[in-house]
Amino acid sequence: MKTWLTPRNFVVAALIAFLLLLPLYTSSTGNYFLLSLFTRIVILAMAATSLNLILGYGGMVSFGHAVYLGVGGYTIGILAYEGVYSGWLQWPLAIALSALVALIIGVLSLRTRGVYFIMITLAFAQMIYYVALALDRYGGDDGLTIHRRSQFGDWFNLNNKTLFYYVCVVFLLGTVYLVYRLVNSRFGRVVQGSRSNDRRMRAIGFATFRYKLVCFVIAGTLCGIAGALLANHTDFVSPSMMHWTRSGDLIVMVVLGGMGSIFGPLIGAFVFLALEELLSSITEYWQILLGPLLLLVVLYARGGIDGMLSRWRRD
Amino acid sequence: MLLFIEQCLNGLQLGLLLFLLAAGLTLVFGIMDLVNLAHGSLYMLGAYFGATFTALTGDFLTGILLALICTWLVGMAIEVIALRKLYGRDHLDHVLGTFGLLLFFNEAVRLIWGPAGLNLTLPSWLNRSIELLPGVPYSSYRLSIIVVALVVAFLLYFLVMRTRIGMLIRAGASNREMVAALGINIKLLYTLVFGLGAALAGLAGMMQAAILTAQIGMGENILILAFVVIIIGGIGSIRGAFIAAIFVGLIDTVGRAYLPDLLRLFLSPSGASTAGPALSSMLIYLVMAVVLIVRPEGLFPANAK
Repeated sequence: MKTWLTPRNFVVAALIAFLLLLPLYTSSTGNYFLLSLFTRIVILAMAATSLNLILGYGGMVSFGHAVYLGVGGYTIGILAYEGVYSGWLQWPLAIALSALVALIIGVLSLRTRGVYFIMITLAFAQMIYYVALALDRYGGDDGLTIHRRSQFGDWFNLNNKTLFYYVCVVFLLGTVYLVYRLVNSRFGRVVQGSRSNDRRMRAIGFATFRYKLVCFVIAGTLCGIAGALLANHTDFVSPSMMHWTRSGDLIVMVVLGGMGSIFGPLIGAFVFLALEELLSSITEYWQILLGPLLLLVVLYARGGIDGMLSRWRRD
Repeated sequence: MLLFIEQCLNGLQLGLLLFLLAAGLTLVFGIMDLVNLAHGSLYMLGAYFGATFTALTGDFLTGILLALICTWLVGMAIEVIALRKLYGRDHLDHVLGTFGLLLFFNEAVRLIWGPAGLNLTLPSWLNRSIELLPGVPYSSYRLSIIVVALVVAFLLYFLVMRTRIGMLIRAGASNREMVAALGINIKLLYTLVFGLGAALAGLAGMMQAAILTAQIGMGENILILAFVVIIIGGIGSIRGAFIAAIFVGLIDTVGRAYLPDLLRLFLSPSGASTAGPALSSMLIYLVMAVVLIVRPEGLFPANAK
């Protein structure tokens, strides 16, 4: 009989309870730094979860996922700069644009496989990065400050830090649920089948290209929403949010937490960003520690933290 | 016309530099099946070593030679310590592991040399301009980059296609076990090949450092250009890398120089000045997209499986 009280479920439940209860602590002590840090963690966890959909379940190693963070964020930023503050206009446009960009990149990149796919998604991301750099009107290299967050009416003010945090948490849990439902649907089975053996899936009559493309677009769109959230959180967008090392960070979060696991990216984002805070408080040169750590995880801890937790049974 | 010739030469020079980088990348990929993001770090290390040793010894050529040896050694050390364990893993592991190396090297360089860039000073015999054709002056240093890179390209071709070591390298690419069974030390061979790729990347880095400066992260943007080169050329093919590198170098340089002017013919001046820089930096990626649509395996796919 399957027991629900596994160490892994315990960690996930604790993490979610922690995320839900955190504002009680921060609003009573006024520790808004912690709340801001966790808003960032939640948003990037959402981006990592969306990446996990294509990376973990679809086997599509996209090395340009941060680009959708940029597309979503820049949509908000540019509209705000031009005086359009209505969230009812900004958000659907951010979603539509990131879906469009994902569609274009997907159509071209999914023609290739393996290492070509990695490099092509990377190159397209770099291309869009350069476009953002060349946007002189919108700050270019320096980025663009957003003076007003998206407006959804008086009763729903995103400037309220606690409210905004909960919005992000709802989006994160919604994304996790969506991914869960997707991978357990017929659609998800086809995508996962194509990861293990694309030729066989085509032989039994599935047009896998279309399935993978839809999957790619869904992931890009979800990440675009995360980008819109991120722009509202930092009140700032800049090309650096879609620099290719950001895409690398997202992959690290997914793999660290556990690829192809529903809650893996959430754990990964939490551990990665907490580690970043911790190491950078020890030394300014914290990446000199992070790099080798990453190598060690790759070499000796495949399956990530989630994999370790599932292997660790108390029987 | 004069400017056009100069731009073409600059494009050729960028292309050849890209080739030095792409050759190592494609060699390592074609033979070890390894995706190496840390290749750009070796380029950066080459630049820093070059700047340090030329300043230390006071002699340009000695400094360059020492720097090459150091990059070669660092490359082999990376291979023995870390990358050797990654062979045979899937590409995602390569990407992550070498991404970790890249972070490490960026930070290590910051720790050793500090955050400011480093200049590599040229000796006077290189730092002047010569007349190529009557009335066409060109920097002698840029010209020497072209010559050196062409010589290296030829030597590389000779090494891979015409020598016993090259034969073993090609044999190792198509069947690793068989070569090992015939009594060849394939591990050592891989280490040497990786060191060769590292030295080529380092050479490209130190040559570029004299034009720009040695900076942290300098290898990352050019690494992606090198990726574009090997995608267009076909992964694993040195010939493809050579042709694609020159192609990309020319398109990028000439495009940046003339596209804004060209757009001015169709667009309003303000529109052209906005779209120009954006479009010219997109140009090579657009070319890559077109190549992919026509030939997903690149223009000159290597025959090795």
